[in-house]
This record gives sequence, C-alpha cells and structure tokens, in this order.
Amino acid sequence: MGEEYLTWTAGELARKIRKGEIRPSEAVEASLLQIERMEPQIGAFLQIDREGALARAEEVEQGIRSGKYQGPFAGVPAAVKDNICTKGMETTCASRILSGFYPPYDACAVEKLKEAGIIILGKTNMDEFAMGSTTETSARKVTKNPWNTGHVPGGSSGGSCAAVAADECFIALGSDTGGSIRQPSSFCGVTGIKPTYGTVSRYGLIAYASSLDQIGPIGKDVADCARMLSLLAGQDRRDSTSLKRETLDFEEDLAGDIRGMKVGIPKEYLDEGIDPEVRDALKKTMEILKERGASVEEFSLGMTEYVIPSYYIIASAEASSNLARFDGVKYGYRSPHADSLHEMYKMTRSEGFGTEVKRRIFLGSFVLSSGYYDAYYLKALKARAVIKEAFDRAFAAYDVLLGPAAPQTAPKIGESLSDPLQMYLGDLYTAAVNLAGLPAISVPCTVSKAGLPIGIQLIGDCLQEKKIIRAAAAFEKERGIFPKAYSGTKRGKI
Amino acid sequence: MRKQYETVIGLEVHIELSTRTKIFCGCPTAFGGEPNTHTCPVCTGMPGSLPVLNRKVVEYALKAGLAMNCKIHTFCKFDRKNYFYPDNPQNYQISQLYLPICYDGYVSVDTAQGEKRIRIHEMHMEEDAGKLVHDPWTDSSLVDYNRSGVPLIEIVSEPDMRNAQEVIAYLEQLRIMAQYLGISDCRLEEGSMRADVNLSVREAGTESYGTRTEMKNLNSFKAIARAIEGETIRQIELLEEGKEVIQETRRWDDNKECSFPMRSKEDAKDYRYFPDPDLPPVVIDDAWIGRLKKEQPELREEKKKRFIREFSLSEYDARILTESRNMADLFEETAKICSQPKKAANWMTQDAMKLLKEAGKSPEEMKFSPDHLAALILVEEEQKITHKGAKEVFEQIFDHDEEPLAYIEAHHLSTVADTDVLEQIIEEVIREHPDSVAQYREGKEKVFGFFVGQVMKKMKGNADPAVTRELLREKLR
Repeated sequence: MGEEYLTWTAGELARKIRKGEIRPSEAVEASLLQIERMEPQIGAFLQIDREGALARAEEVEQGIRSGKYQGPFAGVPAAVKDNICTKGMETTCASRILSGFYPPYDACAVEKLKEAGIIILGKTNMDEFAMGSTTETSARKVTKNPWNTGHVPGGSSGGSCAAVAADECFIALGSDTGGSIRQPSSFCGVTGIKPTYGTVSRYGLIAYASSLDQIGPIGKDVADCARMLSLLAGQDRRDSTSLKRETLDFEEDLAGDIRGMKVGIPKEYLDEGIDPEVRDALKKTMEILKERGASVEEFSLGMTEYVIPSYYIIASAEASSNLARFDGVKYGYRSPHADSLHEMYKMTRSEGFGTEVKRRIFLGSFVLSSGYYDAYYLKALKARAVIKEAFDRAFAAYDVLLGPAAPQTAPKIGESLSDPLQMYLGDLYTAAVNLAGLPAISVPCTVSKAGLPIGIQLIGDCLQEKKIIRAAAAFEKERGIFPKAYSGTKRGKI
Repeated sequence: MRKQYETVIGLEVHIELSTRTKIFCGCPTAFGGEPNTHTCPVCTGMPGSLPVLNRKVVEYALKAGLAMNCKIHTFCKFDRKNYFYPDNPQNYQISQLYLPICYDGYVSVDTAQGEKRIRIHEMHMEEDAGKLVHDPWTDSSLVDYNRSGVPLIEIVSEPDMRNAQEVIAYLEQLRIMAQYLGISDCRLEEGSMRADVNLSVREAGTESYGTRTEMKNLNSFKAIARAIEGETIRQIELLEEGKEVIQETRRWDDNKECSFPMRSKEDAKDYRYFPDPDLPPVVIDDAWIGRLKKEQPELREEKKKRFIREFSLSEYDARILTESRNMADLFEETAKICSQPKKAANWMTQDAMKLLKEAGKSPEEMKFSPDHLAALILVEEEQKITHKGAKEVFEQIFDHDEEPLAYIEAHHLSTVADTDVLEQIIEEVIREHPDSVAQYREGKEKVFGFFVGQVMKKMKGNADPAVTRELLREKLR
C-alpha cells in the first residue's frame, strides 16, 4: 500500500477492503507505519496495541469474507479517546490516578466499533478527565498540532483529532462536554460531530459532567462522521439517559441539498473577541451556503453571557461528584505514603489529580456546598433552562445555526494554561450547545495566514442531526478538498 | 423537687427491600455469599458504569407509602449524597432529598393509652452501602460490596413518640406492614431493618422541643428500649445540673449500656446533595398508583378488626393472630374449613406460639396445611381424641405437616368408646380397689375421680371420658 492511502477517507478505505483490493491487515500495517513516523513529532497516542490490532485484522478479514461484518467501516483502523473504556486495554483519562486501570468491559460505543469490524489501534491523549481545551492538562504527554508542532491540537479530544489529522488512523472516537470534539476538530482541520444528548450511550465513558457528556465521531470528512454516528447511535438499557431514536440514516442528506434551508448566525458570535480570520471564515461559509440555495441571516440569540458561568458551575459540580470514586481504594493509583484512611484519600487524590482537575473539583464542591447551592448551582440550572429557551426561539425561525467552533486558531503550546479564565472563555460557542443538549458539527473551512486550520460549527435543534449534516455536506462540496496537515514542505519529510 | 419531664422521640428507619435484584443493577440482593460475588461494575463504582433504576424498587416503595397513608410525589428524583467512605464505592450514595417519593403520612399503633397516630414526615428510596471487614491479624480492612446497591427505603417519622413502648410498637407496626406487603423481612439483627433514634426531653406541658441527639447502632428492640431509657436519663441529668444538651450524633454501646458522641452539629458533614444527572426523574402515573391500590393486600389493622367482627374473636386473640400475615392466613383458612374459629384461634395463639418460641422461630416460618389442623379440631370436637392426644397430633402437624387421621390411627390415639373393652377395664379397677369402692358407696363422691384416673391410666389416656364416666357410675352403683 502506497502513500496515496493517506488521502483516503474511512469510507473509501472500507470500500476497497470490501472489494478485496486491500486487506485489513495491510491497512493496519500502513496505519502503524504512519504512527511510527508521526508519533515522535505529534504524540497523539497514549497507547498503541500493535499486536492486538494485527490479530484483529485477521479476524475481521475472515468476518468480512463470511459476511459477519457488512458495515460501512469493516476493516478500518480507528483510535479511541482514553476516557472511553476498552476491555483489557489500559484506560486512564490521561490521569495519573487511573494509571494501571484495565477495564473489565468495553464501553457501549467500543462494542459497536467491534461489532462493525472496526479495528482499534490504541488510545489517544486528552486533557486529564477531559478538563481543558488544549490537551496540555494530560498527565501523560503533550500532543502537538500536526499543522504546526509548536501549537496545541486543542482539546480535550486533542489526541483523537491530531491522530486523524496526521493520518495515523482513519477515524476516531472523541467525547464532547463543552466543545471537546468540535474545538480540536477545528484546530486540527478535521470533522467532528457532537450528537444530541442521549444519542450515543455513555455506558463506559468515564464521566466528566454526566448531563453534558456525549461521545461522537471525529473523521476526515462529513460522510465518514455521519456514517459513524449512525453506527454509534442507539438506545442502551445500561444508560438511562440514552434515547430511543429512529434509525439514523444520513445517506440522502450527504447529497447536500440545502435549497430553501434557513440558516441563522447569532450576532453575538461575530462580536469582539473573535479573530478577524475566523470571522472571515464565517462570512465565506455564509456565502457558500447562500450559493447552494440556503437563506442566511444574522439574528440575536441572546443569553450568551450566561453560557460560560453556567457551564463551568454545572460541569464542575457534576465532576466534583463523578471524580469522587477515584480514591485509591478500588483501582488505579494509591499513594504509597499514607498510613491512615483519610491520609490515603488526601494523598492519593493530591498526587493523582493534576492542577486543572483539582481546580474544577474545588469549584464544583464549593458551588454544591450548603449555603452556596442556591446562589450558584441552582442559579446555573435556571440559566441553563433560559439558554435552552433562547435556542428554542432560534430554531422556531431557523433550521440550522452557524457559528465558530473557537474564537481563534490553535494557540501555541504553553500559552493557555497560565490564564485559565481566558481558556474557559474560548468555550463560548461550543458549551452552549452542550447545555441545551443540541447536536453540532465542526467542519474545516479554511487555513489561516499562519497555516493553521479554521473550522466552522453548524448547530441543529435537538434530534435534527440530519439538517446539520445536510448543511455540512453542502458546505464541504462547495469548499472542495481540504489541504492535508503536513502538505507542502512537510509532506516531503514524511 | 425534680421537675417532670417528657421525652420526645422521632425515628429514621431504614428497611431493606426484598427485590430479587439491586436498585441500580442486575446483581442479586441475596444475603450472604462469598465477599464480592454479588457485584458488577455498577455496584462497585467502576469508572464509566451507570445506574439504571429497578422499577420494582419504586413499586415496593409505593406500596409502603400507600400503606402508610402517604402523599406521593408523582414526579420524583434521585439525588447524590456525597461523602467519602470505603464501603461506598462511588463516594456518593444515590438517595432522594429534594423530591422523596412519599411524604405526609401516618401509621397507627396500639399504645397503653389506646390507638395513636405516628405521623410520617417523608419516605425515600436509596441504595445500601457495602460492608467493611476489619482484620486485626493483618491490621487491614477489606471491603465487601455484596450489599452495595441493595435497595432501601428510609422512613422519617415526626417527633410523635413519647417512650420506648411507643417506639417499639411503631417499629413492630412497620415490620408487620412490610411483611404483609411482602416487601421486606425486616430483621433488626440481620440489618434488614435499622433504626436511628432522635430524642430530646422537655419539661412536661411545654410546647417547644428541647435540643435533640441522634442515636445510631441500635441492633435490637431491647437495645432500642435501653438506649431510649439511657439517653432520657442522660439528658434530664444534664438539664437538672443546669447544663445544655448538645446537638450531636451518638453511638449506642449496648454492652456498656451507654452512648458516646460520634460527631456534633458543628462538624456535621456537608453532603453537597444535588440531583443525580445519570438518572432521569421518575414519573409515577395515576394508573400505576391505581393498580397498586387495587393490589394492596388487607393490612394488619383492617384484618384485626375484621377477625373480631367476623369470627367473634377477642381483641387480644385478633392482635396476636395478625402479628404475622402467615399466621393470620393459616388461622383464617383453618377457621373456614372447620367452622370453629375460636378453637382455631386457640391452637394458634397458645400451642403454635409456644412451639414457635421453643424452636426460636418466627410465625412467618410456620408452614402446615390448614386442612390438617381443621381435621384435628373436628376429631377433637367429636371426642374421638382427648385434648392431650390432640396436642401430640398438633405437634406433628406443626413439625411435619402430618395428616392427623392417619397419625391418630397409626399411634392408637383414638379414644376408646367401645363399652365391652371399657367394662372389662372398669371391672378390673373395681376388683383392685375394694376399699375405694366401699368409700364411694358410703357417699364419698370425691373418690369417683380416682376411678376415672385409674381407667385412663390403664387405657393410656385413650378412654372416651364421657363413656367411661357413664359406665363407672353404672358399675359402682
């Protein structure tokens, strides 16, 4: 298999595998080779299961022949974010506290990958417990942006997005609590979908903020992500918040017919604080959507000032409780220095969690404390309801909303963590979507003058994935082939 | 002179529900089992696991709520109670604070002053914790999560009880209720029923409450009674000495017969309760409540009243019979078959209770067919067996559910009413005791009993008493 494979999408690769032109083991070997080349510079993976993947490739090949695997991605090598449980494969959330944790079960989403004959190459880096926007809060390693290794890949699904952008895998799973799929997709020039809350089972996703977390696909184009979402979706009796949905079939939407579609762009999303190049990308997107027959207009969404405070209160409150189970008693890291129960708790958690995680546990514990609960947590829940109402009003008038996925391009490594508040503000365009439970897709739009990708975000009403996929497909067709992360001068070196 | 004081008591009672599986996963709730064998990722708090509500738990809780005349939050939620302890694998307990399933009810109990209503403040569902096992040899602690996730209901009463007798009557009533509903076996000793006692004292006649303490670790009715007495005295002594009662949680030590402070209000934990985002609200519709109301069995109080009315039983008999649903059912069926309710009641309240006590069993464990007891009652009624013989047969029914007629036959327990046989025996007795015969004939009526006794002795107690008397009178004349 030659270099050309790098440009294939997961769908294209699977088609060639089905036709017998390529064997799954060849695809896995090619991915492993690419990982070998890229990892020293990128560091997207925390763990690579070389032997497991190769053995699995043989099984899958048999399964494809026998008709067991007939799905659209049978034989395709994929990567999984490290907060999604993989049976027998270390799952750490990029945290010291979960070092040595080998789950005895697969997450529902991982089961679905396996049932579809998708081959898992390994686990990808992330911000510790998905808390962060740069993948720099990982306790394990720093992942670099394949477009420019001096920059972060975004986060928290930075490892999965970088792995797809660097062609180390064909498709990946991420998770999105406040933008963790969409923002790094934008920074890395790949496509990612955050589905309607409840669409993909959270069983086996190590919770950050349960009422906001969703697993979603990260891929090379809209079609790959849409088909992967169809595969991942479905009610799961092990997750009480999962929804029963009609079979998700996006094939006709992928044609991208958006004639008559009404697109709204919240004025607030174009306000100050946004990089002019990102604003230009949005303008370009508006033009493209209009050319394809949609109407696009600006409107005032409102309530945007409540997004960041309510998101950080709710997410931190849930996190403070969700992360309580990491105490050194049952699994993962236990401090060797303690000699009483309470010391064990304190030292294990002090040594096991990183700064950002501790900050959010403190914040979350504070907003739930007696005397502060009403003023913070309860008020944040009310703000959340008001934000949802603002979206309801918007979707009474528009089919799809357009916005940025992040206010600027990927920052330089080391730039963000010194000012966490500034980092939090970057979640404005994405976190509102989680608070309201909506689906959204991030699609690469253009490349900045500095050579970093800029993505745009399309937001749909609850359960309206079809609309955002149709709009995204239309936009993608008009935009044309998006450049490769390491095209131009860098490609020659690889 | 010492002032007169009144004790004010409210209870928090935990009852383990006997659903087949746990509240948030499919693991069995069965008591015992090797440590950590009734567990899964959910009830051991593994990362990424999620709770899924067992609908049966809601149903059992609703049954209890309806039996306690409670109002129902038809939209109720689960909340997380956050605290660190190794028996609690997630370090939060899933419970209900803001919208408990039931509230504002009451339970009627019999007290020395007659029937009294104990008001129920609220009742909620929650999960039980695991168990810590301390090993002094290795100086280590192990944790067993078999009990983790077993469903509980917690019943919080208003401070309506005034002494240990009322508290025990209330607990008994809850136990009987749970048993009638088939939702729990309520064993204090096994921990399937646990009670925390909130107690304060105040000068008799005052309206406001004194400062209360909460007592934990009460493992038997006796311990509860002793703890109430001990704590009442402790608080009164403090007040008499002009000191203050401190609001605190105390641990009762039943061996030392006194309580020790565990924690005061100042260092009371902040549990940071908030709605559990993993569990959608529970919506209880009218149809569900309606169905449960229809299915609700006749409860103790109604049954007691009906027994008095229908079977002309005494209040005392009716109360004992209805203490256990099993006993009440056995009684009622027996009474219906033989149409001898008073006799059936006597066998239950006297003989059966005595045998249960000797065997150390509860009335719930009693198991025999009412047909057999009814047959025995009829045989005795027809005087085909003596009462002594009947008692022997009853023991066999009680222990092995023997068929009484076959047993009587096989063990020659049937009374002899055959005049030929009896005449022969009577003649023997008369021959052997000429002096007594003479005395009788001189008018010493008392000696008659002696003759009856002698005949019975020779007949090993199986002589028909009426026939024996008649024949004796005749022969002695």
